[in-house]
Amino acid sequence: MDAFFLQVLNGLDKGGAYALIALGLTLVFGTLGVVNFAHGALFMIGAFCAVTFRKIITLQQVALSETELSPWGTPLEIHTPYAQMWFGDFGKVLIDYSVPFSLLLAIPVMLFIGIAMERGLIKHFYKRPHAEQILVTFGLAIVLQEIVKTFFGANPNPQPIPQAFQGAADLGVLVGMAQHTITYPIWRLVYLLFSLGVIAAVFAFLRFTTFGLVVRAGMNDRETVSMLGINIDKRFTIMFGIAAIVAGLAGVMYTPILPPDYTLGMDFLVLSFIVVVVGGMGSLPGAVLAGFTLGVVQSLASMTVVKDIIPGIDQIIIYLVAVIILLVRPRGLFGKRGVMEN
Amino acid sequence: MVKAVNNTVLHVADVHKTFGGLHALADVDLAIEEGKTHAIIGPNGAGKSTLLNVIVGKLAPTRGTVVLDGEVLTGKSPYEINQMGVARVFQTPEIFPELSVFDNVMAPAFAKRDGSFKMNMFKSIESEKAIADAAEEIIVDFGLDAMINTHAGALSRGHKRRLELAMCLIQKPRILLLDEPTAGMSRHDTNTTIELLKKIKLSGMTKVIIEHDMHVVFSLADKVSVLAQGRIIAEGTSDEVRANPKVQEAYLGEAQE
Amino acid sequence: MFNISKKDAITFLLFSIVVLTMPIWLAPLGASYPGLLQKFAIYALLAVGYNILFGLTGYLSFGHAAFLGVGSYAAVWSFKLLSMNPVLALVFAMVFSGIFALAIGFVSLRRSGIYFSILTLAFAQMSYKLAYSVLSPITHGENGLQLTLQDPRAIDLMFIERGSSLPVSSFFGIPMNGYAGFYFCAIILLIGFFIAQKITSSPFGMMLKGIKSNEDRMNYTGFNTKPYMLTAFVISGMYAGIAGGLLSITDPLAGAERMQWTASGELVLMTILGGVGTLVGPVIGAWIIKYFENIFSAWNESVLHGFFSFLPDNIESFVVLISSKFVGEGWHLTLGLMFVLVVVFLPGGIMEGVRRISAMFKKNNDAEKEVIDPDNIPKSTSGKGE
Repeated sequence: MDAFFLQVLNGLDKGGAYALIALGLTLVFGTLGVVNFAHGALFMIGAFCAVTFRKIITLQQVALSETELSPWGTPLEIHTPYAQMWFGDFGKVLIDYSVPFSLLLAIPVMLFIGIAMERGLIKHFYKRPHAEQILVTFGLAIVLQEIVKTFFGANPNPQPIPQAFQGAADLGVLVGMAQHTITYPIWRLVYLLFSLGVIAAVFAFLRFTTFGLVVRAGMNDRETVSMLGINIDKRFTIMFGIAAIVAGLAGVMYTPILPPDYTLGMDFLVLSFIVVVVGGMGSLPGAVLAGFTLGVVQSLASMTVVKDIIPGIDQIIIYLVAVIILLVRPRGLFGKRGVMEN
Repeated sequence: MVKAVNNTVLHVADVHKTFGGLHALADVDLAIEEGKTHAIIGPNGAGKSTLLNVIVGKLAPTRGTVVLDGEVLTGKSPYEINQMGVARVFQTPEIFPELSVFDNVMAPAFAKRDGSFKMNMFKSIESEKAIADAAEEIIVDFGLDAMINTHAGALSRGHKRRLELAMCLIQKPRILLLDEPTAGMSRHDTNTTIELLKKIKLSGMTKVIIEHDMHVVFSLADKVSVLAQGRIIAEGTSDEVRANPKVQEAYLGEAQE
Repeated sequence: MFNISKKDAITFLLFSIVVLTMPIWLAPLGASYPGLLQKFAIYALLAVGYNILFGLTGYLSFGHAAFLGVGSYAAVWSFKLLSMNPVLALVFAMVFSGIFALAIGFVSLRRSGIYFSILTLAFAQMSYKLAYSVLSPITHGENGLQLTLQDPRAIDLMFIERGSSLPVSSFFGIPMNGYAGFYFCAIILLIGFFIAQKITSSPFGMMLKGIKSNEDRMNYTGFNTKPYMLTAFVISGMYAGIAGGLLSITDPLAGAERMQWTASGELVLMTILGGVGTLVGPVIGAWIIKYFENIFSAWNESVLHGFFSFLPDNIESFVVLISSKFVGEGWHLTLGLMFVLVVVFLPGGIMEGVRRISAMFKKNNDAEKEVIDPDNIPKSTSGKGE
C-alpha cells in the first residue's frame, strides 16, 4: 500500500507536466482551432530559457592567484561569477536559485515567441485543413529544435536544484507512518504544487476576468462574439501567448528533473497529444484530468508487482489507456460532438 | 392511428422521438401511398427534418417503427436503408464536392448495382459502359451536361441541388425523400424545380416532400400532412388542409416570427 | 486486369523509364550509388502505398511505420528460418503486415478524424515500445534482428552446404545487393505503382475518394464505408510491409527504430510534400526527402568552400558560415524550413506547383487555339486533390 502511494505521488509530478502542456495545446485548439505540433517545442524553449539564464548568470571572471599554486605548479585560477562580484550575496542566491529565477526570463520570452508565432505564421492557417496545420507546425517544430541545437549542441544540459529544495521529504511521517516509508524528492513536490498553481491561475483567469469571459464565449461561438463588435482575434493572439507561457514555465521547472536537450519537445509532444485527445479535444478540465491520470497510471504500471504480472506493460500503458478510452468514449473524457472528426 | 392500406409503400407507425425531455416527434403515423407525392408541412421546429432523419436511419426513434414494403427499417444503418430503396435529398445539398459531376452521379449507380460493398478494384471506370451511359443520360436530362467534368463543389447552389436529385434518381429508388428542395431558391429556379419534380411525378415515383413554400406544395402534392410540435394535426388533400382551422392557427402562430 | 486508360499507360511508361534510368540521371547529382538508389525505390513504394490510404480516403494514419517494421522483421525471419529467397521473404512480409494492418485497422477505423490518427499512433508506439522490450526474443531489441551463421534456413540447406560466411539474399543466383538489389526494388516499385494506378482509376478507388469527399453522403448513397476503409487500410499496410521486406532484403538487419512515430511522421511529410492524392507526387516527395537526408547531410564546410569558391574570400567565408548551418548535421533545419515554405505557398505540394506552371503554359496556348472538343467528353475521374 505504501509503495502504491509512492507511485501515485511519482506519477503526479509527471502528470503535472503533461497537464500543463496539454492545457496549452487545448487552449490553442479551443480558441484558434489550430492543431499546434510546435507546442512541444515551446516546452523545450522554456527549458532552454533556464539553461540560458544559468549560462548568463554563471559567466565567470578568471583571475590568476598570486600566492597559491595548482597541483601542476602553475598559478591557481580563481573563478568568480560576475553575478557574485556585482551583487554579492544576492548574486549567490541568484545562482543557487537560477531555475526559479529563470521563470522571470521565460515569461517575456515565451510571450514574445508565442505572439510572433501566431502573428507570423499560425494566423494564416485558421481556415486551412487540420492536416496542413499539423504539417506547418511540425515543420516549425523541426526548425525551432534545430536552431536550439545550433546554439546549445546536442547534449543534455543538467540544471541544479536550489540547495534548499534538494533531498527528499519524508511525507510518511506527516501522516503518522514510520520513518522512510514514503520519501519523495522535494523538487518533484515543488513541481507538483507549481503545476497545480499554474493550472489554478489559468482557470481563474478564464473564469473571473472579462478577458477570460470573452475568450470562453469565443471558444463556444466565435462568430456571435465577433458580431458583438469585440475584437476576438486580438484576444486569441494573447491566448496563444499565454499558452506559450504555460508551456514555457512547465519546461523551466522541469529542467532539474530531466536535463533538457533539443529533442525534449518531440518526446513530450506525442504524449501530450494523447493526453489532449483522451481528455477530449477542446476541453480544458479534460486535459488537466487526463494529464494527471495518465501520469499516475504510467507510474503505477512501472511497479515491479504489476510488471511481473504483465511484462512490458509499463512501456505501453499510456497508449493502451488511450485506445481503451477512445473506444469506450468516442470523444475522450469530456469531448464535444463534432470536433475534429473530419 | 392511420391504418396501412394495401398500396402503402412506407409506413411510419406510431413514431416517438425525444431529445432529453423534449418531444420532437409524438405519435407520428403516416402512410405513404404508392406513386403519390406526399407533402409534410409545418412551422419551423415542428419536427419535419427529425422525421426524415428517423426514416433514413440517421436517428433512432425512441419508440415506434418505420416499415418499407413490409420490411422494418428501424434499427438499420443509413446504407442498408438506402439499399432497400430510400433515397434522400438534403436541405443543404450533400454531394461530393471534390469529385466531378460525372463521378457524383456514377457513384450512386455503382451502389445500386454492386450493393453496399464490392472490391471492384481492377476494373477501370471506363470499362463500366452501362453505368457511364446511364449517368450521362441523367446528367443530360437534368441539364448539367455542360459541367459534366467540373468539380461538383464549384457548381452554383441551384445546380448542386439538381445534381443531388440526379444522384438520387439514378438509383431508381422505391421512395424519394426531399427536404425543402426549393429552400433559398429564386422564384425562377423554384419554378424550374417544380417542373422537374412534376416530370418525376409522371414516372410514378413515390415521394415524400418537406416544404415551406405553399406554392410548391399545392402544385405538387397529392396528399398533405401538417406537423406541428411533433404531432400530425391535419391530413388530406391540399384543399382540405387549406380549409382546416387548426392548420391556420398553427401557421398564424408562426407568422409573427 | 491489364487494360488501363491511355493517360495512365503513358504515365506508367514515363514513370518506368524515369525509375529504371535512375542510376544514369542521378549520377550528376551525386546520388547514383546502390545503397541510396535502393532507398529511393523502397521509400517511393512506401509513399505510393500510403497515398492509397491518406491520399484517396483522407484518413491520416500516424502508424504506418509499424507495418514497415513488421515487414522488416518478417523478411529477416523468413531468411533465418527458411530461405534467402527474396520473393519468399516478400510474401512473408506482405502476409504478416497484412494481418497486423487488419487487426489495427479494425479497431482504429471505429473512429474518424484526429481520433483515428491518435489510435493508429498509439498502436504503432505500442509496437515500437514492445519491440524494444518484451518482444526482444523476436526482435532482438536494441541490437536489431540479424542473420547468424547458425540460422536453420531449412529450405536452403536442403540444397546447399552451410557456408562459412553470412549468406546474402539472392534471386536465382543474383545477389540482392548493389545494382541488382536496386533493380529488384525498382521492379517491385513499378508493380506497386501499376496496382495503385489500377486502384485509383477503379470504381473501388472512386468510392475511396467519395469517402474523403463526403463520408455521410456515401452512407446515404448505400455504401457501407467500413469495409472500404478497412480494405484500403490493409492494402496500404501491405505496401508498407513489402517496403519493410525490401529494406531487409537489401540489408538484412531489422531494428525497432523503424517503427517509431517519427518514421510515420516522415512518411506523412513525403506524401504531403509531393502532393497528396496524386500518384506521382508522393514518389517525388520520398525522393526529395531521401536525397536531402543522404546527400545534404553529407555536405560539410570543405564541400561548401568548393561550391562558393567563385566568390571573393571575405564574402565566401561568410556565405559558407551561414550555409553550413543548413547542411551536414543541420540538414533537418533545411527540411523543416522546406515544409513550412511548401505548406504556406504550395499546399498541394510539388505536384500543385507543376500544375500551376503547366496551367500557365496552357493559358498561353489557349489564346491561340481552341483546345476543348465539346463532343469528346472524357469519362475518367480526374486526379484527386487538385
